[in-house]
Amino acid sequence: MEFPVKNQLSIRGVSRVFVSPKGQKTQALTPVDFEVRENDFVTILGPSGCGKSTLLRIVAGLDHPTTGTVLLDGNKVEGPGADRGMVFQSYTLFPWLSIEQNIRFGLRERGMPEAQQKERADYFIAKVGLRGFEHHFPKQLSGGMQQRTAIARALANDPKILLLDEPFGALDNQTRVLMQELLLGIWESAQKTVLFVTHDIDEAIFMANRVAVFSARPGRIKTELAVNFPHPRHYTIKTSPEFMAIKAQLTEEIRAESMAADLH
Amino acid sequence: MNTAPAMPAPPAPMRPRRRALAPLEPVSPRAQWLLGLGFFVLFFTVWGIFTLGGYVSPTFLASPVTMAREGWLLFTEFNFIHDIGMTVWRVFGGFALATLIAVPLGIAMGAHKGIEAFLEPFVSFCRYLPASAFIPLLILWAGIGEMQKVLVIFIGSVFQILLMVAVSVGSARKDLVEAAYTLGAQPSGIVKRVLIPGAAPEIAEILRLVLGWAWTYVIVAELIGSSSGIGHMITDSQSLLNTGQIIFGIIVIGLIGLISDFAFKALNRRLFAWSSL
Repeated sequence: MEFPVKNQLSIRGVSRVFVSPKGQKTQALTPVDFEVRENDFVTILGPSGCGKSTLLRIVAGLDHPTTGTVLLDGNKVEGPGADRGMVFQSYTLFPWLSIEQNIRFGLRERGMPEAQQKERADYFIAKVGLRGFEHHFPKQLSGGMQQRTAIARALANDPKILLLDEPFGALDNQTRVLMQELLLGIWESAQKTVLFVTHDIDEAIFMANRVAVFSARPGRIKTELAVNFPHPRHYTIKTSPEFMAIKAQLTEEIRAESMAADLH
Repeated sequence: MNTAPAMPAPPAPMRPRRRALAPLEPVSPRAQWLLGLGFFVLFFTVWGIFTLGGYVSPTFLASPVTMAREGWLLFTEFNFIHDIGMTVWRVFGGFALATLIAVPLGIAMGAHKGIEAFLEPFVSFCRYLPASAFIPLLILWAGIGEMQKVLVIFIGSVFQILLMVAVSVGSARKDLVEAAYTLGAQPSGIVKRVLIPGAAPEIAEILRLVLGWAWTYVIVAELIGSSSGIGHMITDSQSLLNTGQIIFGIIVIGLIGLISDFAFKALNRRLFAWSSL
């Protein structure tokens, strides 16, 4: 039975042209149309430099589209805001704040009473497995722990949609796999709309209900693919024949795009 | 198949005992202390040999022994502690005034490009005006009282602090600013809770640096038209050809500078423990 689900995020004809100081134009995105349903987990897969991060930054309001609009629950995105939480590839915890204070940052910005801030921070610290590290500074933590904090910081703010820009890209392979399971576990237990950008095919399939494959620059969405593995997912599905089949298909798509990008 | 051209055999590995001479090789804390102290010892020895050995006329350069005796006399007979107090007061007065104005303005310049575009050219111009060149003008305006000395320090420090703070705040990490925006921060929150805390350790270091410079201005200010202070004592001693007192005065300035620098460093380390992790 189909639930009547609405499209929460609408990307309509969004394109982006960068103009260099010398006036040289680079088309990063050709007009993209894309819809994300509420509580859906969508990954955007593409070769590096294809404009997928640009699209995510436009959704976050950190960049402006040259044409087109982004609508969140029907409201036009004009700039960044707390309704779209973001996790970056680089480590963006505030180095002068403790882990707990980092997670409370957004709550403090909106003027939540301190006791409530602490309660919420505590909940998410437990959720990402950082009990005992509340009072550490970010630099005292490993890369994986810092990104867990960044996820907790974004989630604590209770955004309508969570945007992740290759959040595990800088982590070693073992840590990355654990982080994927952690994030998926959080999503399975507390539904949330997620838009996840990655160039890792395994990651794109394992996490997503839907994979959008980006073409080489200028970027556009080339293929969309539903991933119908049931939840909760276990890492062992990565070796299942169904998974392998999807992976083979996506590998072929991405390979063609990477080669196209190389020839540019 | 092609083969790569032959390589000469690599040099034999470094012998351990020459490690201390290798570039960037750290030395032990004890060796560091001894080396630092060593230079002072060397300095005083050479000075002693030249003066006590009679190679230099005592009229031009006092020996370390004379210097020490004159220094003692300064404290016991001439109330030198009052001069030191006056000089310290002037430095900190002028420096505090400069900090009070330059730090907030520098933050505003660093944070808002419009304010920076408005002020930066003027401040850059002022920065190259030597504070000592203002002394005649300041005497005209403020007389030869305390205000004039404090103003020399102020002029010497304020533009330096302003410009360096602006650069430090302006070079904040863009990704942290963006992260704060996605967490719902407003522009004022970005300045207060991202730019300022992020630049704070660097601002503290800038203040430490400029305080050192302020010391050089105060002596110049005191050389002209003053009746107290270390600089005044030095001019007085010059007219009496008392090189022992002059040198003692210079050493006292160095010592006070060193102490305030240590104190500042220790305070910065305490306040901004996160930045040295």
